[in-house]
Amino acid sequence: MFQPTFHPNQSNARPFLSVRQVTRRFGAFTALEGVSLDVAQGEFVCLLGPSGCGKTTLLRIIAGLEAQDAGSIVAGGRDISSLPPGERDYGIVFQSYALFPNLTVAQNVAYGLGDVRGSRARERVSEMLALVGLSGSEARYPSQLSGGQQQRVALARALAPAPSLLLLDEPMSALDAQVREHLRIELRRLQRKLNVTTVMVTHDQDEAMAMADRIAVMSNGRIEQTGSPADIYAQPATAFVAGFVGQANWLPLSRSAEGMPMLAGKALSIDGNADADVANGAPRLFCRPEAVTLHAADDAPNRHLARVVEHIYLGSRTRLTLAIDGLPDAPLVAEVPSHSLRADVGDSKLWIALARDGLRVYA
Amino acid sequence: MIQREAHVMAITPAASTPHTPFWRTDAPMLAGMKFVWLLLLTLGLLLPVAMMLLQATGLVAGAHSSDQHGMALVAHVVQAPNFLAMVGRTLAVSATVALIVVPLAFAFAYAVQRTRMPLRGTMRTLAMLPLFAPSLLPGIALVYLFGNQGLFKAWMPGASIYGFWGIVLGESFYTFPYALMLMLATLTLADGRLYDAARAMGATQWRTFCTVTLPGARYGLFGAFALVFTLVATDFGVPTVVGGSYQVLAVEAYKAVVGQQQFARGAVIGLMLLLPALLTFGVERIVQRRQHAALASRAQPYQPQPDRLRDGLYLLLTTLVIGWILLMLATAVGASLVKLWPYNLDLSLRNYDFDNMDGGGWLAYRNSLKLATLTMMFGTALIFTGAWLVEKTRMATWLHPVIRFAVLLPMAVPGLVLGLGYVFFFNHPDNPLNGLYGSMTLMVLCTIMHCATTAHLTSVASLGQLDPVFESVSASLKVSALRTYCRVTLPMCLPAVLSCARFLFVSAMTTVSAVIFLYSPDTVLASVAVLNMDDAGDIGPAAAMSTLILVTSIVVSLLLEFAMRGVMRRTQAWRTASR
Repeated sequence: MFQPTFHPNQSNARPFLSVRQVTRRFGAFTALEGVSLDVAQGEFVCLLGPSGCGKTTLLRIIAGLEAQDAGSIVAGGRDISSLPPGERDYGIVFQSYALFPNLTVAQNVAYGLGDVRGSRARERVSEMLALVGLSGSEARYPSQLSGGQQQRVALARALAPAPSLLLLDEPMSALDAQVREHLRIELRRLQRKLNVTTVMVTHDQDEAMAMADRIAVMSNGRIEQTGSPADIYAQPATAFVAGFVGQANWLPLSRSAEGMPMLAGKALSIDGNADADVANGAPRLFCRPEAVTLHAADDAPNRHLARVVEHIYLGSRTRLTLAIDGLPDAPLVAEVPSHSLRADVGDSKLWIALARDGLRVYA
Repeated sequence: MIQREAHVMAITPAASTPHTPFWRTDAPMLAGMKFVWLLLLTLGLLLPVAMMLLQATGLVAGAHSSDQHGMALVAHVVQAPNFLAMVGRTLAVSATVALIVVPLAFAFAYAVQRTRMPLRGTMRTLAMLPLFAPSLLPGIALVYLFGNQGLFKAWMPGASIYGFWGIVLGESFYTFPYALMLMLATLTLADGRLYDAARAMGATQWRTFCTVTLPGARYGLFGAFALVFTLVATDFGVPTVVGGSYQVLAVEAYKAVVGQQQFARGAVIGLMLLLPALLTFGVERIVQRRQHAALASRAQPYQPQPDRLRDGLYLLLTTLVIGWILLMLATAVGASLVKLWPYNLDLSLRNYDFDNMDGGGWLAYRNSLKLATLTMMFGTALIFTGAWLVEKTRMATWLHPVIRFAVLLPMAVPGLVLGLGYVFFFNHPDNPLNGLYGSMTLMVLCTIMHCATTAHLTSVASLGQLDPVFESVSASLKVSALRTYCRVTLPMCLPAVLSCARFLFVSAMTTVSAVIFLYSPDTVLASVAVLNMDDAGDIGPAAAMSTLILVTSIVVSLLLEFAMRGVMRRTQAWRTASR
């Protein structure tokens, strides 16, 4: 079987989709503020952010369903900034599927085939249905399909005219958890196979992590950071990204006379951005729950005495809330493999350590 | 192999997509359609109403102007002896009807929606029957029942049906279905959880009614009161027949224009009739907004428990109401089929020999059929497409507020006032469209405009239930909005489209108020013929023509209903398709 080799971040290639300084205002509210984003040919980019961050507006502007106040959009070498939706050459899948209920599955998929008629259209329809694993459903109506099946038909319909760009607007948030997880993998596989450039909007960070080549984290109408899922998680560029993606602990940080970072009166060693320029406000230490180790050896760096305030058993892992000596008001959440816990945890204070490579400093 | 082909097709470079020029897209077409719709609304509605306002306030001298203009004319009309008394009588009769009909309609709607009374569906259907009759029919029926030769004349010694109580009885019959529709809509919005909560806290039925049911329905009640009040104040069908010497404003406006050719005086009185209508319009908008808010919360439907005593009482009440409606209809129908009511009750079709009587004969009936059919066809197409253009397309959006305003305006303009506006606008010698006056075209336009608001709101409601991104999806698939309109939107909204069609047909068949000023001898209508025959004292033939209108409206409604079922069976398999 033919599998295209895939290089998401070919830095030398010209981007397929290029959003330049796009701004959109609704009255006094600024939905997008000078947003720029490049997407390579065949790349899968997720726009991730809380509701109201502007991610859906950005997608609608790329789709031409909404007009930007400033900025430009180039796709496949064409400036599509002011083209109507029908001229932009993309397929789109909405959260509601938006299948036409009065048309059969085959008629839905063939809807955009326009001048393709007769047996060629039929062939294309069965091709697309085979692609999404729904062969034989041609004559059924959308209401006869499950939510997951409807979403696949919507995908087949969007892809049938072979668009150069696929836009997905929270395509899976109406499905239940199990179907969603399954469809995630399938959609990603399909996208790789067709090598179609894809932009997906989601507020679900697990979804973004599992599917995207790159994630653009958005907040308040700006892109805070663009990077691979691993980059976003391990090296969040801003405090917002750190807090929005994954779990975070925030501890008060002080500096010694020499400018060295200190936690609860003890010197701290940090691999990350220890020298981060924190001009205004007190610096805060960021630490993922899994960066905390319990029962630290005597020579472990960043070793502190802590008391267990609460512990929650989660199966393979256990989540503990700790109070570090000298920091009673800054609870620290740690997640450790359940089997690593000693039976007597919680009875007395214990030594913990913060992994040097899991610490970062933000304002 | 299949998948490989798909892959090859999918990476076809986009740069090869030809750039369609603006004029090849559907954008100019959609914008053009919007302009045409707005042009029709302007000609058929905005300008006539504006002309009517200008004439009544004397800012523009009309073609039929008398010596007086402006405030002097208004003062003259108002200061005329008898005028204030006439206003008082109009207010009295309108308020009385509203006070009788609204509680009755509320109780009836309550019986249908909130009890387990048997025959709820049948009662509801039968209660709508007055909608199919011209507003003169109840007057005629009352004359046959309580008139000087009436069936029950002996029961009311010394009293006469001609006057206040005649109007009240007739108008109650005519307005009941309107009030009932509003009350039914209000009472569907019950939240079952509130009733469960009230029961759980041990509230009595009466207390629950006062604290849950009534507050929930108060806007609807208010709206129904205003609606009935306005309908009565602006109707002249019933008072013309049974009003006797009890003169009201609507009849006066009609007589001023048709009988005495005093157009300016008619305009001033018409302006007064606009006041209660505007009030209703305002109340209606508020009610709609409040009800919308009530709908937005996720209410659980209320499931009434069976209660023999309650259900029995409501069955008695609704039976009495339906009995009254059926009695009125049966009287008019029955009287039209006998030789000479009430002396010779042998069956005869003598009254249907229209060609040998005044009033227009069978030509009037044929004209009415023509008017109703044309109004239904063009009205449905225009109004539904107009609603779609405004709700679902994004070309020339700056036109939308104007179109929305215009299409809601008929709700605030009584038919009588709209008809007067047409007289002033189209019969003006300087108007190039002057030639249309008296033509079928103009009557069709007038009837469509008169009914536009209701049909528009029905269309908007059904369009609003479609997924709002259908148009976006079509655009992304490079399919024109018009094609999606024909292939998806129209088929999906078919029930609403047919209900608009039925409403337009029945309205055109029964209406008198708007078209009374517009017909010519060639275009006389059945409903107008009823009025003229009654005026001439031919009450038997008037009953016969009313019966014909009633039967035609019902038959066509049923035919449309069957047609809809047939079409649905063939083309709407998706509605019933099961997993």
